[in-house]
Amino acid sequence: MTTTTIVKAPSTTPAPSATAARSGGVATGTKIRVHALRYNPQEPGSVPRMQTYELEQSEGMTLFIALNEIRETQDPTLQFDFVCRAGICGSCAMMVNGRPTLACRTLTRDVGPDITLAPLPVFELIGDLSVNTGKWMRGTSERLQAWLHGDAKARDINRLEERMEPELAEQLNELDRCVECGCCVASCGTARMRPDFVGAVGMAKIARFRLDPRDKRTDDDYYELVGTDDGVFGCMSLLACHDVCPKDLPLQTQIAFLRRKMAGKGWA
Amino acid sequence: MKVVYTDVLVIGGGLAGLRLAIAAKRRGHDALILSLVPPKRSHSKAAQGGMQASLGNVIKGQGDNEDVHFEDTVRGSDWGADQEVVRMFVNTAPKAVRELAAWGVPWSRVRRGDRTVVINGQKVTITERDEAHGLVAQRDFGGTKKWRTCYVSDCTGHAMLQAVGDQAIAASIPVHERTEALALIHDGGRCYGAVVRDLVTGALSAYVAKATAITTGGAGRLYRVTTNAVICEGIGHAIALETGVAALGNMEAVQFHPTGIFPAGILVTEGCRGDGGLLKDADGHRFMPDYEPEKKELASRDVVSRRMEEHIAKGKGVKSRFGEHIWLDITLLGEHHIRHNLREVFEICHYFLGVDPVKEMIPVRPAQHYTMGGVRTKPTGESPTLKGLFSAGEAACWDMHGFNRLGGNSVAETVVAGMIVGEYVADFCDRSENDVSIPTGVVRGFLEREQAKLDRLVHGGGTEDAAAIRARMQEIMTAKVGIFRRGKDLEEAVDELQKLLVRSRSIGLRSRVPGPNPELVIAYRTQKMLKLALTVAYGALTRTESRGAHFREDHPRRNDVQWLKRTLATWKNETDTLPALDYEPLDVRRMELPPGWRGYGAKDYADHPDTAARQAEVDAIKEKHEDRFERQRALMPYAHLLPKRLQGRNERIDERFPPAEPNGTPESEFAWESE
Repeated sequence: MTTTTIVKAPSTTPAPSATAARSGGVATGTKIRVHALRYNPQEPGSVPRMQTYELEQSEGMTLFIALNEIRETQDPTLQFDFVCRAGICGSCAMMVNGRPTLACRTLTRDVGPDITLAPLPVFELIGDLSVNTGKWMRGTSERLQAWLHGDAKARDINRLEERMEPELAEQLNELDRCVECGCCVASCGTARMRPDFVGAVGMAKIARFRLDPRDKRTDDDYYELVGTDDGVFGCMSLLACHDVCPKDLPLQTQIAFLRRKMAGKGWA
Repeated sequence: MKVVYTDVLVIGGGLAGLRLAIAAKRRGHDALILSLVPPKRSHSKAAQGGMQASLGNVIKGQGDNEDVHFEDTVRGSDWGADQEVVRMFVNTAPKAVRELAAWGVPWSRVRRGDRTVVINGQKVTITERDEAHGLVAQRDFGGTKKWRTCYVSDCTGHAMLQAVGDQAIAASIPVHERTEALALIHDGGRCYGAVVRDLVTGALSAYVAKATAITTGGAGRLYRVTTNAVICEGIGHAIALETGVAALGNMEAVQFHPTGIFPAGILVTEGCRGDGGLLKDADGHRFMPDYEPEKKELASRDVVSRRMEEHIAKGKGVKSRFGEHIWLDITLLGEHHIRHNLREVFEICHYFLGVDPVKEMIPVRPAQHYTMGGVRTKPTGESPTLKGLFSAGEAACWDMHGFNRLGGNSVAETVVAGMIVGEYVADFCDRSENDVSIPTGVVRGFLEREQAKLDRLVHGGGTEDAAAIRARMQEIMTAKVGIFRRGKDLEEAVDELQKLLVRSRSIGLRSRVPGPNPELVIAYRTQKMLKLALTVAYGALTRTESRGAHFREDHPRRNDVQWLKRTLATWKNETDTLPALDYEPLDVRRMELPPGWRGYGAKDYADHPDTAARQAEVDAIKEKHEDRFERQRALMPYAHLLPKRLQGRNERIDERFPPAEPNGTPESEFAWESE
C-alpha cells in the first residue's frame, strides 16, 4: 500500500490552487485499485474478506464516483452509503487507507493508486462499507438528552424573537456544525474499550447546549449526563477525534473545557 | 405477516416530515417516521443560503411584511401558485423562524451600526438600527424586493435539521431508519398506510395508520445533472401516482439552479449572488445586467438560468475539457465574509474543484434543483381524491410555488407546511369517523403483490439492465426536458421514455444476495422513476406555453388564456405507458394579485379575459382601505384556511404589539406534555 496523502483541513491550510491540485497524485488515465472489505451479515456463510477492483483514474474522480462505477460495472452487490455527495450530510464516513474520513469528498488521485477501504469500527456493521451510525447517534442523543431544553412555554411565536449577541450566535454555529459522521468515534481509543462512551460527538453536543443561554440546564444537570467514565472522565486525551473531524470542530478545546467544568462540579 | 400500527405514518424524515410528526405528536397522536437514511442526513440539510420570512430586521429589509413576501412569491411562480396557500405560507414563515429560534437554531444575528456590503458590484456602507441589534438577520436573495432570507452562515438547512431532528428525539418520535415505502395501501378512496421494505434485511412489512403523509422531497435524480442528493429519486411521488387515484400536480415545473459547480452539479448557494457575487463570461464580462437591467444576477432562478444558457449559446461560455460553463465571482466579497458567511461554499470549492474562491472564480452551470410539482393536495395538505393521504414540503403540490420557486422559499416551506399540515393531520385523527377499519386480508393482498414484484425482478429471468436504463432516462431528461424545451425534443423524449418503461418491465438482476441488495433497489426504483419521468416529459409536451421554469422555445409566451391552469396527472393502469392528464383552472376573479409582468424576464404574455376586470376590482378595493390587514381581507380572505394557532399577526420592529394585549395564541397552550 502506498503512503496516504491526507487532505488538509481548509481552516488550517490554504486551498491548493486549481493547477496544483490537478497536477498532484495519481495521473488521469492510469489504473487505480480499490481494496474493499466485503462481508454481508445477511448472507449465511459470508465471511469477511478483502476484494480488489481495478478501474481507471478519471479527472476529478472522488470515492463516490469510483464506488458507484464499481457497483454499476463490476459488482452490483457492493454496499456503501452516500447521500449528499457534497461533504455535508455525514453518511459516507469510512476508513480510507486506515483513516476515518468522508469518502464523497476524497479524491482518488490523492489517496491512490492503491486505496484500502473498510467500514468504520465501533458501529454496527450493515454490510461491506455500510455501518449503522444513525442508530448509534440516536441512542447517544437520547442518553445525553441532546436537545435544547428551553422554556418554549414562555415563547409566543408571534412576537419578536429573543435577542442574541451576533458573536454568540457565530460561536454556537461553530459547535453546531457537527454532521454526526462518526469519524471521531471510529478514531477514539476509549470508544474501543467502553461500549457506552459518548465520544467527542456527544461531548461536543453537551458543550454546545451548555454555551447556549436558551438552554436552561445547569452544570449540575450536565454533570449527571457526562460526569462519568462514559463521559468526560473516560476520555484519555488521545485526541485523534480532533485530527480527523471533517468539519474541523474545535474538539480538543471543547473536551478540555467541559472536563474542567465537570471536574469542578465533581469536587464541589 | 408483520403489521405495524400507528396513528400517523410519515414517509420521509426531512424537515417537513419531522415537523409534521412533531405537530401530530403534540396533539396527542402517535407518529412514526419512515426514512431512507438517518433523518439528519436528509436532503433538507443541503439548503445552504437561508429561509425567507418577512421579519424585516435588517435595514435593507425595513418595510418588509407578509404583503411584500406574498407578491414576490406569486410573481416568482409566474402566477402558477395558489394565492391562498401563498398567503397561509407567508403568514406562518415568521412564526416558524421564531419557533426554530426557541428550539436552538443559531440564526445569524443583526449587529448595530455600520457595515460594508457589496451591492451591484460596489462596496457600500449600510447602518443597522440599534433596535434591531441581536435579532435574526436577513440577506438578499433572487426575486425579492427586500432582504428577507434568514440564515445561519451558509448551512441553514443543516442548523434547522439539527434543531428539528433534536426536537423529534425529545418528543420520542420513533424513526424507522433505512426503510422504504414501496406502495400505499388503499381501497381506491381511502389510504391506510404503506408496504415498507427494510433496507438492512430486505424484508417487507405493512404499516397501517389513520393518516399517511408523504414528505419525501424532490425527484432531482430523474436528471443526470442535479444538485439533489442521491436519495432524491421521487419514490414518494411515484407511490402516490401508482395508486391511480391520487394526482400529481404540475410535474413539468422543474427548477434549474443557476450555480451548480461544473461539472459535478453540487450546489453553491444563491447567497453567493445575494451577498454580491457576480456572473461572468469567457471574457470576464459581467453579462447579467445586459439581459436583466433591473434585477441583474438576482432575477428569479428560472430567468438567470435561461440567460446563462442563452449566453453560452452565443459562444460566450468558458470552454473546458468537460464542456462549457460560466464563472461565478465571489472574490470581491473578501476572505472574512467567505470564510464566515459562505463557509460551505469555501469547503465545496476546496474539496471538489481545488479552487480557492477567495482568490479564484468558481466554474458553474445551471443544474436541476427543485421539483415544484408534487402530490396534489388541498390547502390542508390532504389529497382531494384519496382520503387519509397527506403530503407536505417539496413532495407536495398544495401549491405555493407554481412554475418557479424563489430561493429561500423551499426550506421555509418545509417547516411551515409541517406546522400547518401537521395540525390538519391531527384534526383528521381526532375525528372518530376516521378510525381505521381495514381487513387484514386487504393488507395481506398489498404485501403479497409487492413481494411478487420483487420476486419477479430477482427470479423472473429478465434481461434488461436497470442501471443502463436509468442512465439513459437521466440523459434524456437532461438533454430534452431541460431548461429550453422544444416540441420535437419532447416528443422524442416521451417516445423513448415509453420504450424504456416497457423495457424496465423485463429488468433482470445479476445478483441474488440476501439483505438490501443494492441492485434490486436500483431495479424497482428505476421502474417507478420512469413513470415520473414520463409525467414530467408528457406534461411539458402538452403545455404549449412558457411559464416560470417551463420554457418552450416553440411557444415562448405565457398564455393565460389557455394555460392558467394546473396540470393533474394520474396513472390509471399498471400496464399504461403514459399518465392521464387533466387540468384544474386557476380563478383570476379570486386572485389578490391578478396576472401581469413579473418585473424581470420576458414581458411577453397573453392576458386572461378576466384579468382586466379583476385588476380594476383590486385597484378599487385598494383605494378604499388604508389598513393593510383590512385591505388584504377585502381582496382575498384566507385566515379561515389556517389552523387557529397560526392565524395571529406577526410582530416587527416597525409593527410592535401593544405589551398589554398579546396578539395571537401563546405558545404555552401547546407546550410539551413532558415539560
